[in-house]
Amino acid sequence: MLILAIDTSAVASAALISDDAMESVVDSFATEDTKSHAEVLAPGIQQLLDGAGVRGEDIDLIVTGVGPGPFTGLRSGIATARTLAFAWNKPLRGLMSLDAIALEVAESTGAPAEFLVATDARRKEVYWARYTLREGQLPELVDGPHVGFASELPELPVYGAGAGIYADVVKADEDFSDTQPSAASLGQFALALLSAGRELPDSTPLYLRESDAQVPGPRKRAL
Amino acid sequence: MNPAPAGEPLILGIESSCDETGVGIVRGTTLLSNTVSSSMDEHVRFGGVIPEIASRAHLDAFVPTLQESLHTAGVTLDEIDAIAVTSGPGLAGALMVGVCAAKALAVATGKPLYAINHLVAHVGVGLLDMSENRLPENLGALLVSGGHTEILRIRSITDDVELLGSTIDDAAGEAYDKVARLLGLGYPGGPAIDRIARTGNPKAIRFPRGLSQPKYMGTAEEPGPHRYDWSFSGLKTAVARCVEQFEARGEEAPVADIAAAFQEAVVDIITSKAVLACKENGITELLLGGGVAANSRLRELTGQRCRSAGITLHVPPLQLCTDNGAMVAALGAQLVMAGIGPSGVAFAPDSSLPVTTVSV
Ligand SMILES: [Zn+2]
Repeated sequence: MLILAIDTSAVASAALISDDAMESVVDSFATEDTKSHAEVLAPGIQQLLDGAGVRGEDIDLIVTGVGPGPFTGLRSGIATARTLAFAWNKPLRGLMSLDAIALEVAESTGAPAEFLVATDARRKEVYWARYTLREGQLPELVDGPHVGFASELPELPVYGAGAGIYADVVKADEDFSDTQPSAASLGQFALALLSAGRELPDSTPLYLRESDAQVPGPRKRAL
Repeated sequence: MNPAPAGEPLILGIESSCDETGVGIVRGTTLLSNTVSSSMDEHVRFGGVIPEIASRAHLDAFVPTLQESLHTAGVTLDEIDAIAVTSGPGLAGALMVGVCAAKALAVATGKPLYAINHLVAHVGVGLLDMSENRLPENLGALLVSGGHTEILRIRSITDDVELLGSTIDDAAGEAYDKVARLLGLGYPGGPAIDRIARTGNPKAIRFPRGLSQPKYMGTAEEPGPHRYDWSFSGLKTAVARCVEQFEARGEEAPVADIAAAFQEAVVDIITSKAVLACKENGITELLLGGGVAANSRLRELTGQRCRSAGITLHVPPLQLCTDNGAMVAALGAQLVMAGIGPSGVAFAPDSSLPVTTVSV
């Protein structure tokens, strides 16, 4: 099984995931910044395919992170994934982007039995979700994803860049204080879920916030 | 990626700069399909286009629109010679969806990708409607829509386009939307005002014509700073004042008369400045584009004034005047046929792409 995974919920990233590869990752890339998705994503995927000698027809499944994440960046990955799936006539599934960090937490030493994952939601808020972890199992999402103020998170250790920014008000794990969701981890999670016989959701984005649009009130009349 | 073959290339065009998701397919100058999905209904209650709502709609509409366009044209992705996409100007978040989708198509198919200018595409669409399959000499374009108001000179559609004048604040279509809201006429404002204006007296009230004073106009020899530019924000304020004055006197505002007088002010200043720009720049053929080209009074007065000035007016069918993918494909085809190289997949969309940049 060969998966092309894409996530742009924070940084732009893509990965080729195969059950034949070491640690399942054939190759991957991720940007540092969270602003240049439209420029770097397509060239990055192109290089990934060329570098691995993979053609569209070789891919079995495309998996895209569905957020939550800042809207415009998030959409760039989903638009890319949906269009590739159409052009190659391949199945497309989605995965909640915070799962990528949760998997990395689960694979780290000393991971707690219950924890939060948080990323930057801007406007002084974070996207967050609560996971539980049992020995030798995949992390289990038990609450979320939500968007809210870091100071209002449940009292649990928090992993991910959203914790790093608000380390003054949350129990941030230092080793994960700048970890962003990556397509490599997301793809590994997808592969693990599929191997366990689980279904993956579709590519509907998790915006969590409405557009800021206000319905204009009635015009004030003179007098 | 190799440049597409010359001759009669098969081009797929993608448009997402505002609230229309468009995918069109042309072969050379022949239109094969023009599929448009609009999120206009979702903006009605806000009285104007909400960028985030438009962007969300683009994401969901893109693949179905692409699929239908291919189906209508009776072609497969494999057969396409090149892809063209609007990379600006437009709403940043909306452009991003079309650009990412276009890049993904280019990566998936290995086809060359052209990042093109939306405004110039409004001119390129004229080629789909002209019998000679080439644009005339001494060509100008008057583009009027909810997002833009410009007068252009086109020496070469592929590499020599000049902005002669533009709005310095609201687009004409935006002014229509705002005034329609003031008058309680709903959204979109253009058709609503056009309809009710027919029953009103345009001479009942005189609204100001923006940037028409000598200090802005200057003379042909010594042009002022805004000789061919427009401004509609003052007009909108004047309409608001006028409505308030009626209300302050406890009278019902004469909506039809105000709409007619407003429309006359907009159309008068647009056409007079456009025709002036044509006369002073040797333009003898004028193409009218953009959604406001549907406005009956604009078409009428533009036609009348062009005739008296000896200018031939071209108005493409309305579904080609509003934002669509076929216009993007039409310009893409011109670029391919002119042997201009593709843009690659690393360019960034540019919400304020200047009209002098025909392709990136
Ligand atoms: Zn337009």
